[in-house]
Amino acid sequence: MNIYVKFDVNAICKQVLKKQLDSFGLEYTLSGIGEVKLTDDLSKDKEQELADALENVGIFIVDDTKAKLAHQVKETIIHMIYNDKEAHRYKTSTYLAGKLNYSYTHLSNVFSQTTLVSIENFIILTKIDYAKKLIIENKLSFSEIAHKLNYSSSSHLSAQFKKTTGLTPSNFQRLVRKRKERRIVLEKSVI
Amino acid sequence: MSENTLYIALADDDADDRLLFRNAMENLRINTELSIFNNGQELIDYLNSPNHRLPELIFLDLNMPVKTGMECLKEIRGDSIFSDITIAIYSTSSSERDIDETFISGANVYISKPNNFDKLKEAIAKVIEMNWQYHTSRLAKENFLLRI
Repeated sequence: MNIYVKFDVNAICKQVLKKQLDSFGLEYTLSGIGEVKLTDDLSKDKEQELADALENVGIFIVDDTKAKLAHQVKETIIHMIYNDKEAHRYKTSTYLAGKLNYSYTHLSNVFSQTTLVSIENFIILTKIDYAKKLIIENKLSFSEIAHKLNYSSSSHLSAQFKKTTGLTPSNFQRLVRKRKERRIVLEKSVI
Repeated sequence: MSENTLYIALADDDADDRLLFRNAMENLRINTELSIFNNGQELIDYLNSPNHRLPELIFLDLNMPVKTGMECLKEIRGDSIFSDITIAIYSTSSSERDIDETFISGANVYISKPNNFDKLKEAIAKVIEMNWQYHTSRLAKENFLLRI
């Protein structure tokens, strides 16, 4: 006698994965396909044991060291731009290499591969994002903002702002203000 | 990160433009999934229906019958459930008044429809890549305004 079966591969894989994780006595949630959130961190040895056990049943842990490193680069850039007053003394490449202990070439390659932008472009995006916040706060003049963000002049910042957003800084400021006014009017009309 | 996909919706009443758009989305460096709606009402009905993944990014043609892009924009922005969605308006109009009005009504992106395919491709790629940065980095999404 023959019987014919078909597989719900996803459901099967989930069952197998659960069985393995349970056998390690771990607390976890499965979020979406292929992501396991562990409630507690694992020791290096335990992590290797788990990786081996999973590999035996055909499940492989994705190496996310590159994604982690790219994330660290982002955080370092944000810290550099927002908090580190001494950062302008160094070239960005030297700064990042020094903080993260990798060559800039390596960082740069990993970053572009995982985030789809270059480090240089990410720095510009972050600076313009900061400039936007300062423009909206409206406490500093435009040339003070340029100085704070280490642009040689306000026209240099202005040009980079326009290139990144397609808007001039003053146009941006006007639009955001009007948007807020509109929202306030709408909220009042609801009440 | 490559296993993530960006879910995109497009509403355009012009069949040629829809096809052009679909073609322009090919060969992007980001995995995307695209749902296409033939007009604004279809899109709104879809968004309001239960149990489905919300798009991260919506492209809206400004000039559509039944429900215009502007009306869709205002409806979507009027509901906080949709506040995480990036809205890109595209139109043949390059009148400053139209552009101002879309940004003030809560659009993130305004694209003046280019008349050649390569430029359109470039514009779409720029919007998607920029949106991806807002999606994956600590950038202030409420200040995401882009004019192409």
